[in-house]
Amino acid sequence: MKTIIMIAKKSLARHKLSTSVTAGSLALACGLVIGVFSIQEQSYQAFTTGAPGFDAVLGARGSQLQLVMNSVLHLDTSPGNIPYKAYTEMRDDPRVKLAVPYAVGDNYRGYRVVGTTPELLTEFELSDGVGYQIMPGGRVFDDLKMEAVVGSQVARKTGLRVGSHLHFEHGVEEEMGHDHEDEYIVVGILEPTNTPADKVIWCPLEGMYRLDGHVLRGGGEVYIAKPDEEIPDEVKEVSAVMLAFKSPQAGFQFSQQINGGKDMTLAWPIARAMAQLFDKIGWAHKVLSLVAYLVCVVGAASILASLYNAMNERRREFAILRALGARRSTVFGAILTESTAIAALGGLMGLLVYGLVFTIAAQVIRAEAGIVLDIWQLHSSMWLAPLGVTLLGALAGIVPAMKAYRTDVATHIVAHS
Amino acid sequence: MALLELKDLLKHYPSPEGGRSTVLDVPEFTLQAGEQVALEGASGSGKTTLLHIVAGILTPDSGSVSLAGNQLNTLSESAVDRVRAEHIGYVFQTFNLLQGYTALENVLLGMAFSAGQDVGRAHQLLERVGIADKANHLPSQLSVGQQQRVAIARAIANRPSLLLADEPTGNLDADMAQQALTLLREACEEVDAAILLVSHDPAVLGAFEDRRSLTELNRAAKVGGAA
Repeated sequence: MKTIIMIAKKSLARHKLSTSVTAGSLALACGLVIGVFSIQEQSYQAFTTGAPGFDAVLGARGSQLQLVMNSVLHLDTSPGNIPYKAYTEMRDDPRVKLAVPYAVGDNYRGYRVVGTTPELLTEFELSDGVGYQIMPGGRVFDDLKMEAVVGSQVARKTGLRVGSHLHFEHGVEEEMGHDHEDEYIVVGILEPTNTPADKVIWCPLEGMYRLDGHVLRGGGEVYIAKPDEEIPDEVKEVSAVMLAFKSPQAGFQFSQQINGGKDMTLAWPIARAMAQLFDKIGWAHKVLSLVAYLVCVVGAASILASLYNAMNERRREFAILRALGARRSTVFGAILTESTAIAALGGLMGLLVYGLVFTIAAQVIRAEAGIVLDIWQLHSSMWLAPLGVTLLGALAGIVPAMKAYRTDVATHIVAHS
Repeated sequence: MALLELKDLLKHYPSPEGGRSTVLDVPEFTLQAGEQVALEGASGSGKTTLLHIVAGILTPDSGSVSLAGNQLNTLSESAVDRVRAEHIGYVFQTFNLLQGYTALENVLLGMAFSAGQDVGRAHQLLERVGIADKANHLPSQLSVGQQQRVAIARAIANRPSLLLADEPTGNLDADMAQQALTLLREACEEVDAAILLVSHDPAVLGAFEDRRSLTELNRAAKVGGAA
C-alpha cells in the first residue's frame, strides 16, 4: 500500500495543473450539492416555522398561501381587505390569546409599511416570553401619532435612525405610486429578529387610516378620515389579522367555521400553508439538484479523461514498475488511488465552495425574505456529498486503471533485440 | 540444483508477412548460483527476448524456465511477478529509471515489491555505488554515469538471486563502462547474485571469464531468424 500511495502521490505532483482543475470542478459540484440541500432544508425549516408566536392568519377570501406570503413573509400582494369588525370579534373571543391587525399598502424605498397596533410590539411573543425588542433610545409608537418603528434590516439599509423623518410611498413596492405628504418620525429601531419582520416598517393602524390619499370602504362607500374626528369602526378595514390561539382546538374550530363560509379565509396552521409554498416551488429544488448532480458527473468524467489521456505517456512507467516486480493489481491500485485522491480533495474543497455558495445565498435570502440561515447548521449532505464525490471519482478511475492494468511490459519497456 | 535452467525454449513473433518467425530456440541453458556469465549476441540475436523470458516478462511459446526452484511456465502471472520481485534484478541499456522519482525513490522501488521499502538500506546502496550525495536528485539532474549507478543500486536493492543486464554499458564511454562493470560485478558478489549479461561489445564481454555465444546457444539466431 505504501508503494501504491507513493506512485499515486508522484503522479499527482507531476500533474499539478490537471489535478487542480479536476479537483476544482469536483469541489464546485460537491459545494453545489451541499448548498442546494442544506439551503433547501434550512429555508424549509425557517419558512414553515415562520411567524413564531402566531398560529393563524385571517384575511380576505382567497388563497391561504397568498395570505400567508403577504402577512408573514411580507411578500406578494394582499388578497384584499376584511372589515375591522372581524378583528375586534377575534380580539374579544375568549379562545384567542392575541389578535393583531395588519394594514398594508405603502412602502418606504421598497420596504413594506405595515399599520398595526402597539400590541404587536408589547404583547406578541416571538418565542416563549420573548417579544420584539426595541434598541436602546427607542420606544413603541404612539397609537395616535405619525410615528414608526423600523425593522433592523430597513434601518441598516436605509440609514433610518430614531428621529429620522420619512414619507411613505403608496403601493407595497417601490415606485408603484406617489409619496404621501404626511411625514412620519422614527421612534424606535427593532433589534434583529432574523425573521421577515426585520424588513418592515411598523406604524399605527390609525395613522394608516388617516394618511393623506387613503380611503376606507368598509362601510360600502368611500370614507375619507377627517382630522379630529373619530373614525367609525364600521368603515375601517384591515388587510389581515394575525392570531395566536389559546389552544389548537380553537384553531380547528375557527378553521371549520371561517373556511366553511364565503367571506374570509383562515390560514391555519401557518406552517401548512408555507409547506404548500415549498411544494409549489419543489421543481426549482429538483432542477438545482439535477444541475448539481450533472456537475458531479462532469467532474468525474474530467477525472476519467485526464487520467486516461495520461495513460499513454505513463505506459513506460508502468512497464518499468512491472519489470521491478509490481503486479498488475499494484498499477491498477495506484491509478484508482490517484483518482480517489483527486476526488477526495475535490470533496474536501467542496466544503469551502459550499461556504461560499451558502454565504451568497444566505445574504440574498435574508435580503429578500428576512430569513437568516445558519452556515454552521450541520446537514447530512456535508458528509454524504464529499463521500459520494469520492466514490464517483474512484469509479471514474476504473477505466484508466484498466488501461494501466493491461500495459504490456515487453512492448513498452524497450525495443526487441 | 542450478539457479537458472532453460529447456527447449521456443519463442515466435508474428512476421510482417503475416506468418511468424522464430526469435528464440534454446535447447538448454543453465546458470549456477553466484555465477557471472556474459552472453555474446549481435543485434537481432534474441538477447533481450531471452532476458525477458528469464525475468518472466515474456512467456515462451514452449519449453520451461526454472528459476530458483520455480517453474515459471507453470505459475500464475501474479506468482511470476512475485518470483521476479524477489529473485530478479534488471539493468537495462537505457537504465529505465523512473523520471519523476528521485534516485533514492528509484532504489526504494527496487525493493518495494519484495521485502518492502527500507530507506536506510536504499541510502547505503547509493553510498555503495558512490552517489550518496545525489539521493534527492531526479534522473534528469544526473549524468549518464550517475544514472547507471542508480540503475545498479536499484537492481540489487531486492537482494536478487540473479541480475539480468541488457547492454548495461551501451550508453557509456569506455572508461565509464569499465567502472560500471566493475561496480556491477562487485555489487553482485556482495549480495551473492549471479549475473547474466548480454552484450555485443567485446570490451564488456572481455571483462567476464565465463563468456558464451548466444548465436551458439540460440538455434534461431544461427539460421538468422531472430528478430
